[in-house]
Amino acid sequence: MEHYNMNLTLKVWRQENTNAKGRFETYKVADISSEMSFLEMIDVLNERLVREGADPIAFDHDCREGICGMCSMHINGRPHGPWHATTTCQLHMRAFKDGDTIVVEPWRAQAFPVIKDLVTDRSSFDRIVQAGGFVSINTGNAVDGNAIPVEKDKADASFAAASCIACGACVAACKNASASLFMAAKVAHLNLLPQGQPERKSRVLSMVAQMDKEGFGSCTFTGACEAVCPKEISITNISRMNKDYLMAGLSSEK
Amino acid sequence: MLNAKIPDGSLDKKWEDYKGHVKLVNPANKRKLEIIIVGTGLAGASAAASLGELGYKVKVFCFQDSPRRAHSIAAQGGINAAKNYQNDGDSVFRLFYDTIKGGDYRAREANVHRLAEVSANIIDQCVAQGVPFAREYGGLLSNRSFGGTQVQRTFYAAGQTGQQLLIGAYQALERQVALGNVKQYTRHEMLEVVTIDGKARGIIARNLVTGELERHAGHAVLLCSGGYGNVFYLSTNAMGSNTTAIWKAHRKGAHFGNPCFTQIHPTCIPVTGEHQSKLTLMSESLRNDGRIWVPKKKADDRRPGDIPEEERDYYLERRYPAFGNLVPRDVASRAAKERCDAGYGVGTSKQAVYLDYADAIQRYGKIEAGKRNLANVDAATITAMGKEVVKEKYGNLFDMYEKITGENPYEVPMRIYPAVHYTMGGLWVDYELMTSIPGLYALGECNFSDHGANRLGASALMQGLADGYFVIPYTIGNYLADEIRTTNIPTDHPSFIDAEKAVSDRLNQLMSIKGTETVESMHKRLGKIMWDKCGMARNREGLTQAIKEIQELKKEFWSNIRIPGKIADFNPELDKANRVADFIELGELMCRDALHREESCGGHFREEHQTEEGEALRHDDQFMYVAAWQMKGEHEWELHKEPLNYEVVKPSQRSYK
Repeated sequence: MEHYNMNLTLKVWRQENTNAKGRFETYKVADISSEMSFLEMIDVLNERLVREGADPIAFDHDCREGICGMCSMHINGRPHGPWHATTTCQLHMRAFKDGDTIVVEPWRAQAFPVIKDLVTDRSSFDRIVQAGGFVSINTGNAVDGNAIPVEKDKADASFAAASCIACGACVAACKNASASLFMAAKVAHLNLLPQGQPERKSRVLSMVAQMDKEGFGSCTFTGACEAVCPKEISITNISRMNKDYLMAGLSSEK
Repeated sequence: MLNAKIPDGSLDKKWEDYKGHVKLVNPANKRKLEIIIVGTGLAGASAAASLGELGYKVKVFCFQDSPRRAHSIAAQGGINAAKNYQNDGDSVFRLFYDTIKGGDYRAREANVHRLAEVSANIIDQCVAQGVPFAREYGGLLSNRSFGGTQVQRTFYAAGQTGQQLLIGAYQALERQVALGNVKQYTRHEMLEVVTIDGKARGIIARNLVTGELERHAGHAVLLCSGGYGNVFYLSTNAMGSNTTAIWKAHRKGAHFGNPCFTQIHPTCIPVTGEHQSKLTLMSESLRNDGRIWVPKKKADDRRPGDIPEEERDYYLERRYPAFGNLVPRDVASRAAKERCDAGYGVGTSKQAVYLDYADAIQRYGKIEAGKRNLANVDAATITAMGKEVVKEKYGNLFDMYEKITGENPYEVPMRIYPAVHYTMGGLWVDYELMTSIPGLYALGECNFSDHGANRLGASALMQGLADGYFVIPYTIGNYLADEIRTTNIPTDHPSFIDAEKAVSDRLNQLMSIKGTETVESMHKRLGKIMWDKCGMARNREGLTQAIKEIQELKKEFWSNIRIPGKIADFNPELDKANRVADFIELGELMCRDALHREESCGGHFREEHQTEEGEALRHDDQFMYVAAWQMKGEHEWELHKEPLNYEVVKPSQRSYK
């Protein structure tokens, strides 16, 4: 792979705090290596801002290997930027060329208020999990692991759903800011397994209720969430969830 | 004098006897006892959930925006357990023995045996929670092999085992939050331990959004804050992983055990330039099929494909014919460093070696042709079939490599180099996981207890969950049973006021320096000193020099750092400055520990102590002990020794030739 350096123009959303009015600021960055990650490019800019006595750009990040779900930038109109199935931290600068202008924004959703600049409050996701995203079992003498066999296909589908990193890209991409893909992934993870059956109905009902309470929008099944999901969580999970929700609502046995 | 409080009796009965006789706290009293937990990785989340279930009042803190983001989430390979589902001769004793041996005989027998005993319960617990482990077609759990063992005892969920286990623990934790048993404080960082009459009674935490300092009281404090690999600046740790919680405890009097024991993982994606902010691990499993080599000619700039077979040096196969590419992590890492230092490294930085799948692709291609009864297949078809097999086994890792480097590892060999991955050292704890401060506990990677001088693959997840789910719920009762009369701990006690003031003064001091250097650049400089002089190979001269350089760096840091913004605000640069200041002090202690340990063992390689063939040379007669350091003042520590008595295992020299 040939490496190259580039000069770029960044238009970055700056917002002092939740209540402040935000604005785009323009920054020029020079000699950015194509080998850098996108966040390392922001690091370089921030280092310069600190030296200049300016306020560095606040952004969430932690593992920088695509698994913690902390990073969350809207890059050129797309959550996590141009690469398919890739988090912002794994996006590398060879996705861009010399002279490009890059627009960087925070997640935009009522249920994800901006804390500062590109940092948003995603604690609503924790509260959705608190509403039922678990199997009610205390630590103790659980039965032997192999006493609960699980069909391989179901175990694999459950795992695929459970690989959601709760980054919120699905919400950011959705025109209604719906959290359906996030929630459906959690419902599918547990409802596909025998361990999840006893709470199958109550789980989906209370999680959906919590989602509504948090101010997320409704799902109109446009598929924008699936298209930007860095973990390629399938939209079929939403169908599964809707089915479970309907069944739970129709059935008199709670 | 250190008392590890190891129960009497034979090794295999210690834990059972302990559990049978430990003090209990009745449910009515549990409701009145508060426990503070710092960190929400596998150890912290599992402890918080389990203690909440027991009825204690729990407060849990993490610096991330959600407990689920803790760095346990990034563990790839798997979790060991002595289930013996494969009927291949595994047992509690074998898991215990492998762990002790893998740790190069520097771990405590009783703790490791307990770890092996509870390993099977962990798998059961996780399955019951709905952790989607890999399964066979019959619906039962699947296992795979891992380094340093001869049995298949590793449970896994693709290359995301840590993620799945952490989500399991996180969900159990969130359930307790919903039930009101646990209160969760995200975007909070612990900045001080509060002690009253010598006992841990609470913490001072900073709300990272508002910058406000908060006082939290508890009858016990559990630190579950992970490892300190970021002292090297570049490591496979998350950007926020830090030593601050345990360092504050150390400054308050908790002994630090074996600080120099660091694990350098051999297969990571190499550094590309000065901008590099972190390193990414490529799972150990890649060494099962890949061959590691460098050119025979120094500074050979040809493309790997242009270097003919006879001009390649498969140095692991050459040096270690018996184990070849599958030597343990510490050995593989040192061998790569040796070649690169000698001028045979590859890539633009020359700090990398090749991990080549060309042979494996051919081998698997031919096997496929045989399986499908294809005769006279052309070379291109063999290669294509071989690539398919490799993709099935390692596809996600190959994809990750391509994303980061832009190179296709199916076509050109991967470039890899060792990187800091895990720290075996940590706060000294006794058998009950209590530090040398009463009421202050350390769980998971942030304690020193189970991995000796080198950790085996798939054992970190096991330890984190063992400590949180199955050890602390028993051992904490033994302490809290005597605390039931301590009803209310007032946060306006002078100890809280003093602790908060100390934190506040330090933050003000940091902000008032207004120098010219960024925190990031100072951290990089610390990392370079540590990597060059306290990394894969260490010697007296280098370590002595490093201590001097770190002391100078500390002076410079406290006189020339520049932090923008305000204290009472969301200020990540201030958070980072706080952490780097602690890393600098820890770096000095690590070098002192490495300097004092005049032997080589596990990840600690002192160049003065090696065999004629360049292998690690232990000195059991002098160093069969845990080095527990007590801070006495600025740049001053006192060494306490906890002798390691091997009652069951007979220590021997490791050989992989």
